[in-house]
Amino acid sequence: MERHFDIELRSLKNELIKMAGFVEQSVAYAVEAIRAQDPNIAQTKFKQIFEVERKVNQAHKDVDDACVKLLALQQPLAADLRLIVAIIKMNSDLERMGDQAVNIAHNSERFLKLEPKQTMEDLVVMGDEVRTMVRGALDCFINRDGEMARKILALDDSIDEARNRIFSEMKTYLKTHPENIEHGFNVIFIARNLERIGDHATNIAEDVVFAITGEDIRHGGSKGV
Amino acid sequence: MSEVILETKKLVAGFGDLDAVKGIDLRFEKNSVTAIIGPSGCGKSTYIRCLNRLHEEVPGAYSSGEVLLNGENIQGLRVDPVAIRRRIGMVFQKPNPFPSLSIFDNVCVGLKLSGVRKSSVLKEVVETSLRAAALWDEVKDKLDAPGVSLSGGQQQRLCIARTLAVEPTVLLMDEPTSALDPISTAKIEELVTDLKKRVTIVIVTHNMQQAARISDRTAFFLLGDLIEFDDTSRLFTAPKQEQTERYITGRFG
Repeated sequence: MERHFDIELRSLKNELIKMAGFVEQSVAYAVEAIRAQDPNIAQTKFKQIFEVERKVNQAHKDVDDACVKLLALQQPLAADLRLIVAIIKMNSDLERMGDQAVNIAHNSERFLKLEPKQTMEDLVVMGDEVRTMVRGALDCFINRDGEMARKILALDDSIDEARNRIFSEMKTYLKTHPENIEHGFNVIFIARNLERIGDHATNIAEDVVFAITGEDIRHGGSKGV
Repeated sequence: MSEVILETKKLVAGFGDLDAVKGIDLRFEKNSVTAIIGPSGCGKSTYIRCLNRLHEEVPGAYSSGEVLLNGENIQGLRVDPVAIRRRIGMVFQKPNPFPSLSIFDNVCVGLKLSGVRKSSVLKEVVETSLRAAALWDEVKDKLDAPGVSLSGGQQQRLCIARTLAVEPTVLLMDEPTSALDPISTAKIEELVTDLKKRVTIVIVTHNMQQAARISDRTAFFLLGDLIEFDDTSRLFTAPKQEQTERYITGRFG
């Protein structure tokens, strides 16, 4: 028996998936800009990020409005309640991911100095890992796959390691190239932005597990509701 | 776990050939509110009426198993059901003040029947009970008016006061707000939360939001069986049983 509420929930999920699509696109532009290491291509990608950002912000408000309406009018319980609570939180994480992509665009405007080579390669690899993690977390939500969501969480460690490696490399590099301090900071900020996107993807994967099982796996805990 | 004040063991009850309650084990903790939910015909009202032996008043009704109040079985011929109903009071779906009695007499009728005559005692009990039922301020200047002159919500609180006057250990409530408007319902719900300091409450309700708001534990009944019994916060957010999930999300049927 399908309830009218099921149709509204499906519509809400689709709204969030649309929002996620914008954010994923924005993150992809940011990573492509880093990979291209070409000022012209980068500028084009950054412009695209700013355009998508407007859509992300609107979707952010639309999803929140829809959630508040469903909470007020349907007074959901159990799995319905968990899904809406998870969507509210995922919506917030997605919006922050979009903001981090915008930050990458801001931080990158003056960073396109192709050195040191190893760090720039590491940044590209890190960007790809972040994209994989974002894609994976969103797939888990779309497919209601709690097991895969738990596996996605492990990817965050690799992203954190990449950030630490880049920090360390830049520290060493800047000791011998202090004139490049601004470039160095920008690279560090970008690594930090990418790492934060990974953290938000982690939150989404955790919310997927909560929505499906009611289990709260945040902060290493297994306490449910 | 807190002290268990009321408990049923393998409680079976029904009418004629039909088992409405099929061997239910449940424990009610002191000073807690337990909600019983379930679709019509699931046996929740029959169950609650066994707890103070009202069920046996229905022609053709039967029951077996144990109902333990403070560890003593209150089933059986040796136990006076009237004495039990004083210790386990009940409030019903529709308010039922005695039509010919004043507000004052409605509250103290139980005490008078048990032989209390002293005016000062009766006055004190009436005021204490009406205050506990959050009705005193509304009726203190018209205690001689008929109980039935009050609004539906006030009448229900009057019935609660009447029950409290004999100082029960347990208060049973069978859909106590289903005939009331939202404001009267909210007052009764507030009252339930206040009253659990002095009595243990078992409430049958069709309103799941009400069960979620006011109870500490919730039992879900289906076709005479206890399907799930858990902390209310757990049962309404992440129930363990598929049937509970389907019922509380309206997918049942």
